[in-house]
Amino acid sequence: MRRVLEILRRSDAASQPHWQSFLYQTDDEQATVATALVELNEQDELHDVDGALAEPIMWENSCLQKKCGACAMVIDGVPRLACDTRLDSTRHERIRLEPLRKFPVVADLLVDRSVLMRNLAQAGTWLESAAELPAKRWDVAYEASRCLQCGCCLEVCPNFSVQNAFGGMAAMVPLARLLSEAPADQRRALAASYASAVYGGCGKSLACRNVCPANIDIDKLLSRSNAAAIWHRW
Amino acid sequence: MTIVNVVGAGLAGLSAALELGNAGVSCRLVSAQASERAQSVLAEGGINAVLDLMGEHDTLREHYEDTMRGGAYLADPNAVWGLVSDAPLIVRRLADLGVPFQQEHGAMIQRNFGGQKKKRTAYVKSSTGKVLVSALVDAVRRLEDKGVVTRAWHHELMDLELADGACEGVWVRDTHTGALELLGGPTVLACGGMGGLFGNLTTGTTTNTGNAAAIALARGVELANLEFLQYHPTTMPLSVKRMLVTEAARGEGGRLFALRRGEPWYFMEDKYPELGNLMPRDVVSREEEAVLKDPSCGGQVYLDMRGLSAHVWRTRLSDLRDEVRHYQHLDPAKEPLPVEPGIHYCMGGILVDERHRTNVARLYAAGECACAYHGANRLGGNSLLGAIRGGMVAARTLLDEDVSAQGRTQTRAAVSADTPASTNASLQTNTNDVERAMQKALVGCMGITRTQQELEAGLRSLEALPHTARVALARATVACALARQESRGAHQRSDYPHTSDDFRRTTVVRWQGDQPSIEFRALPEPRKEVPQA
Repeated sequence: MRRVLEILRRSDAASQPHWQSFLYQTDDEQATVATALVELNEQDELHDVDGALAEPIMWENSCLQKKCGACAMVIDGVPRLACDTRLDSTRHERIRLEPLRKFPVVADLLVDRSVLMRNLAQAGTWLESAAELPAKRWDVAYEASRCLQCGCCLEVCPNFSVQNAFGGMAAMVPLARLLSEAPADQRRALAASYASAVYGGCGKSLACRNVCPANIDIDKLLSRSNAAAIWHRW
Repeated sequence: MTIVNVVGAGLAGLSAALELGNAGVSCRLVSAQASERAQSVLAEGGINAVLDLMGEHDTLREHYEDTMRGGAYLADPNAVWGLVSDAPLIVRRLADLGVPFQQEHGAMIQRNFGGQKKKRTAYVKSSTGKVLVSALVDAVRRLEDKGVVTRAWHHELMDLELADGACEGVWVRDTHTGALELLGGPTVLACGGMGGLFGNLTTGTTTNTGNAAAIALARGVELANLEFLQYHPTTMPLSVKRMLVTEAARGEGGRLFALRRGEPWYFMEDKYPELGNLMPRDVVSREEEAVLKDPSCGGQVYLDMRGLSAHVWRTRLSDLRDEVRHYQHLDPAKEPLPVEPGIHYCMGGILVDERHRTNVARLYAAGECACAYHGANRLGGNSLLGAIRGGMVAARTLLDEDVSAQGRTQTRAAVSADTPASTNASLQTNTNDVERAMQKALVGCMGITRTQQELEAGLRSLEALPHTARVALARATVACALARQESRGAHQRSDYPHTSDDFRRTTVVRWQGDQPSIEFRALPEPRKEVPQA
């Protein structure tokens, strides 16, 4: 298999982005975009398609099996995990890689996602006392615990920006866990957080539904959280 | 006021930060990536604790004995007794933090796991590590909001700052700006195991580089038991790494077999009628290796999960089934899954005592980077427990001992003045060609079964490489394996096939001059309250 990775590169946030292409060939039919990036960077010297010497490609990675969310990037226009995008999933020879656009770029495909954590801190996503998890909410608590905080959902969200208070689905999902098991004395505060950090800002485009790499059941979590926080049906 | 550094934000680091923060002590949680990217999220099967929820009359003594036996009696008995004694409270606390442990009819349940005769493993499908991290991240966020825990995101460990045999702080690099910074204060290392020495042949993450152990070795910190490398019996090749199939697959009834002369042979059940497929991992991997070498067995081992009920698949292993279907294009409920042993966990690492102190004052270690609880082989379900308990105990010890300047004089053992020419240059990561050569040498000699000849050849190849902290760590690892002239747990020598009482000692390695120096140190005597194992 032969692929050309076209990567939107910049050495730091201040420099002008430019496209640079790399040829990657493999016999490994399981190879993903992450495989290609790992192996390109492992070469003693990295050369682009024109033979020019290139700096290693900056990108974030960790588990390489879609359990950690590190390698989220925009692949052929869609936010995805590099480790979950097989090279043979497209018949085109060229694959375009860009950094997630909603976050400040550090370099190449590496972005600063700390706003995710700031939003969760602002929304007060923690329990003040022991969880009270009714058996009928177990599946919500489990589903909501699976969020990778990768940021793919925010990439396609028409309402999210790093400047405003709306945390998008990346805030909704952790809040859904807490709402499902909140002790009685914390329900009011969590409901208020949910209303301001999620419910009030969501334009209901639900574009996020189709991009979650963990396939989190966003409909289920939204309807349960709305029922609890907005309609007070705990 | 002293600020404590906790390096690593997986379960061990989160646990330490939680303990320190709840005690009102300021703590800086330093990590190269967010907690969601830590290797802890890959832990699948569960966490062991004697809760006795399954009507089997489980006892602390049995958890202790299983852990000691599983570790081939090489773990510190006092540390293990502390581990199993604290486990029930730890799991209840995790439930209070909102971990949705698996339930049936509204009550928490536990499952079977390898090397243990009773259902002792609390779990959440086969995503236990991920769900634990989610709960602990929120708990620590509460302390961040109070200002008592601060996060140093995207910072990687570069060096330890030592003076007069004590840790004064850590040098870290901001991976976004490249800036180097010294963060003063006593330090808990919780940065994961050293599987990264083996490159992409492990089930771990790319961030578990082993650099922390390499830096520690270079700075005179004692490491221990580096020869004990866990090969997990059920892994599958994935592009640029290995993928784990949780032991829970066997805990819930999965069976290993090979096609011997074309007929299915359930070799573990034949050879070990009592625990069968749930023998400790070292034993299962060894048996698999033997089967793979047997020409009549077709060179392939399979995991047969066809007998699992629809209820078990739906409620307990749906995530595993999805994963196997996704990556292997095979439904494990309908077809046997080809598996093989793969490097999974390092029992060895930075040597700590039962209170998680290293040989350097004001430096503590917890989680997989520490050598604490698992002896010669770790039981499944004890790593999440060990990480959380280790972080907690390291923090408590630090609170007892230190926090103020008086701790600086409490040096227990002198740091070797003879550390390698440890300029920052020698601590630098290998160039790609050196890294490849190092991995090749290690893989060539640190298999499931080892020989003196292979180990010596591996060591010679490593000695020929440029001296870096990583290469030194690799040399120390092979030197440990060479020195242990017996077979025990995860260290099997075909030239020394028997277990020897003379070697029921901890392999302690430190860097001296230009080579690793090894000493076999007696295990601590069990205290009065600890059962005789």
